[in-house]
Amino acid sequence: MNAEMILFFIFGAVSLIGAISVISFRHPIYSALSLIVTFFSQAGLFVLLGAHFVAAVQVIVYAGAIMVLFLFVIMLLNLGTLSAKGVLTGKLKGIAIVLAILFAAEGIYIAVNALKGDTAVASAQAATEPITTEYIGELLFSKYLLPFEVTSLILLAALIGVIVLVKRENTTEN
Amino acid sequence: MEIDLVEQIIIPVIKVLFIAHLLVIGVMAMIWSERRVSGWMQDRLGPNRVGPQGLLQPIADGIKFLFKEDLIPNHVDKPLYVLAPAMLLVPAMITIAVVPFGDSIAIAGIDIPLQIADLNIGILYILAITSLGVYGVVIGAWASNNKYSLLGGLRSSAQMISYELTLGLAIIGILMLSSSLSLRTIAIEQGSYPWKWNFLIHFPAFLAFTTAMFAETNRLPFDLAEAEQELVAGYHTEYSSMKFAIFFMAEYMNMIVGSAVVVTLFLGGWHFFGLESIGGPFWSGIISFAIFFIKTGVFLFIFIWVRWTLPRFRYDQLMNFGWKFLLPVTLTSIVVTGTLYVTTNGNLIWIGIGNVISAFIVVAIVAGMLAMDNNSKSAVQSAPTAAPLRGLDAVE
Repeated sequence: MNAEMILFFIFGAVSLIGAISVISFRHPIYSALSLIVTFFSQAGLFVLLGAHFVAAVQVIVYAGAIMVLFLFVIMLLNLGTLSAKGVLTGKLKGIAIVLAILFAAEGIYIAVNALKGDTAVASAQAATEPITTEYIGELLFSKYLLPFEVTSLILLAALIGVIVLVKRENTTEN
Repeated sequence: MEIDLVEQIIIPVIKVLFIAHLLVIGVMAMIWSERRVSGWMQDRLGPNRVGPQGLLQPIADGIKFLFKEDLIPNHVDKPLYVLAPAMLLVPAMITIAVVPFGDSIAIAGIDIPLQIADLNIGILYILAITSLGVYGVVIGAWASNNKYSLLGGLRSSAQMISYELTLGLAIIGILMLSSSLSLRTIAIEQGSYPWKWNFLIHFPAFLAFTTAMFAETNRLPFDLAEAEQELVAGYHTEYSSMKFAIFFMAEYMNMIVGSAVVVTLFLGGWHFFGLESIGGPFWSGIISFAIFFIKTGVFLFIFIWVRWTLPRFRYDQLMNFGWKFLLPVTLTSIVVTGTLYVTTNGNLIWIGIGNVISAFIVVAIVAGMLAMDNNSKSAVQSAPTAAPLRGLDAVE
C-alpha cells in the first residue's frame, strides 16, 4: 500500500461520491457542483497515471470553463428544487433503463477483464512514466494530424454556427 | 534514508509553511500599503495610529473581524454560503506552489530549489487553478439569495471567462520561444539582463496579460462585480465578520500571486543584472529571493497605483475591450511571434519589433471598424452613438 495507491483510492472514492451526488441532489446547483468535484478528482486520477497535461486540460476545460457556463445558465433560469417524482416518466424511463443496463454490462465486462489481468489495465500501468506535453504535441502534428485537423474543423463549424445564431437574433430585434 | 526524510518531507514542509505565512503576511502588508498609498495619493494620511506608521492596523482589523458575531442571514443557502469564501481562498493560495521565488539555495550541503513544486506543466496548472477561482464568487453570490449579489456574481463570472482567454493566449508566445511549460525554465531562459526579458520581446502580450490579470483579480478598473454605486457590495453583500475578511484576503492573495506570476513570466523572475549570482551558493539564494520579492512588491505597488488612478469601466466597455481589443492583439501576437521565429531564426529583436507593430495595426483596424460601425448605426437610427444603460442587457 504505497502513497500512490492511497491517493488512487481517495480520488476514486471522491469521484464516485461526486458522481452519485450529481444524480441524487434535488437542486441543480448542488448537482453541478458535485459534477465539478467528480471532474476534479478525475484530474487527480490522470495525474496518478502520469498524464499531467490531460489532467490540467481536464480542469481548465471541464471544471473551469464548461461547468461555469452550466452554473451560469442554472442561475439565470433560476431553476428551483426538483420534486421527488415526475422526472423520469413514460418513454424517458424506458430509455433510462436500457442505457443503465448497457452501462452496467460495460462496467462488468471491464471489471472481469481487469481481474483477468487483461490489456486495458496493463497498458494503463505501463504509462507510469510522465508523458510530456512536448511528446503530445509531436504526436498531434505527426501521427494524429488528420484527426486533429478534422477536430479543429468541427470546432470552427460550431463557432460559425454560434455566431450565425446570435446574429440572426440581433437583426430581428433591430 | 535520513537524507531522504530531510529532502522529501522536512524541506518541502518548511517551504510550504514559509510561503503560506509569507502570503498571509503579504496580505496584511498589502492592506496597510493600500490604505497608506491611497492616503498619500489623495493627500491625506490614512491609518497611522496603531503602531509605528499604522503598521499594526491590519492586525487590529483582523482581531476585529475575528471577534465580530459570525452572522448567517436566514434567507441564504447555508452550506454553499459557508463554503464560498473557502472556494475563493484555496485557489488563490495554491497557485503559488509552482512559482519559483528564487534560484536554489545551498544549506548544509543540500541544494534546495526555491520553489515548492517544479511541475513540467507549471503554466497550465496556474491557468487551471485560476479558472477555478470564479466558483467562489459565483457560488457566494448565488447562495446569498440577494439580487445585488447575484448580479455581481454574474457580472464577475462573465468577466472572468472573457479575460481568462486573453490570460491563456498571452502566454503562448512565451511558450513558443522557451519551449517549456515549466515556470523555472522560463525564468532561467530569460537570463540576467532586462533587454532579454519577455516583457520587451512580447510587449503587447505583456500588456494584455497584465490587464487580464487586473480583471481576474476583480480590481479596479475592472471591479464591476462589486461596484458600490450599483450593487451595494456585489457578491459579498451578505457576508460579515471573518467570512467577509476571507473574501478580502483572497482578493489580495490573488494580487500577490498574480504579480509573482507576471514577474516570473515577463520580468525575468529572480534575475537582475547578474546580481543574483554574487556570492556563494548560500548568499546567491538569499539575494535571488530578495530580488524576486522586490520585483513583486513593485508590481503590487502598480496594482494599488492603478486602482487609485483609473475610474471603473462600464460593462459594455469591459466586454468590448476584452473581446475586441485584447483578444485580437494576443492572437496576432501568437501568429507574428511564430512566423518571425521561423523566418528570422529566432532573432529576438525582430520578434519584439514585429509584435509591437502588429499590435498597433490590429488596434488601429479594430478601432476603425468600431468607428465605422458606430457611424452607420447613428446614420440609421439618427440617435446618439452611446447606447444608454447597456450594463444589464449585456448581462442578460
